[in-house]
Amino acid sequence: MAERPGDNLLFRALADPSRRKLLDLLHAHDGRTLNDLCEHLEMTRQGVTQHLNLLEEANLVATVRSGREKLHFLNPVPLQEIYERWIAKFERPRVKALGNLKRRLEKSDG
Amino acid sequence: MARSTYVYVSYIRTTPEKLWSALTDPEFMQQYWFGMHCESEWTAGSPWKLVASDGQVFDAGEIVEADPPRRLVIRWQHQNKPELKAEGPSLCTMVLEQNGSAVKLSITHTVERESSKLIEAVSGGWPKVISNLKSLLETGSIAVLEAYPAKG
Repeated sequence: MAERPGDNLLFRALADPSRRKLLDLLHAHDGRTLNDLCEHLEMTRQGVTQHLNLLEEANLVATVRSGREKLHFLNPVPLQEIYERWIAKFERPRVKALGNLKRRLEKSDG
Repeated sequence: MARSTYVYVSYIRTTPEKLWSALTDPEFMQQYWFGMHCESEWTAGSPWKLVASDGQVFDAGEIVEADPPRRLVIRWQHQNKPELKAEGPSLCTMVLEQNGSAVKLSITHTVERESSKLIEAVSGGWPKVISNLKSLLETGSIAVLEAYPAKG
């Protein structure tokens, strides 16, 4: 399977904690305005706009105009493609078992 | 805002005409929609249904708008599970736009109620269906074989 165009952009978009937080915020509640998203991040409006633009370029965020407002939606399609290309292929029951063990051990620590 | 909306966007290296045909041709559809296919005349006002390979009708409704190869709007009501059927009709809008050498496919699925179970249910399916459609049009084969594979 070859690298697809846009893959670099996609991984770059995911490689930042603020952008991942934006994706989590949209996952919890989709269709948010810029103002709404700004309330949840400790950064300037301009900073949030730049992060959102990068997410939109990577096609992880889709925007829809509603009157004077621009609403931001999480677009899960590229994540599904990452899953198929980079995760499902390497997934083995053994890896899953190790993951379960790790989760159980870390839970009992807390 | 008392509504639930999901938006799915994919850039597919194909033409709007081929994509439109992929979205409306029952035989082609079965290849990427896990054996399901739609039945409709694809003109405004005509009935529409989503049918499983065993003939069971999962969703039904009608075509609200059809403007090939640009825009398709379907009034979409689930039929199989009573709690999803009770939510009433949803609206599924598909928009196809040329974008360089690719076509931007935007699918917006909306129900006029908060935390809709139907929208939640389709949200698991749409990304896989679209991903398969993209893969099939671009490479000739699909990426996901089963909609909901058994957990191993």
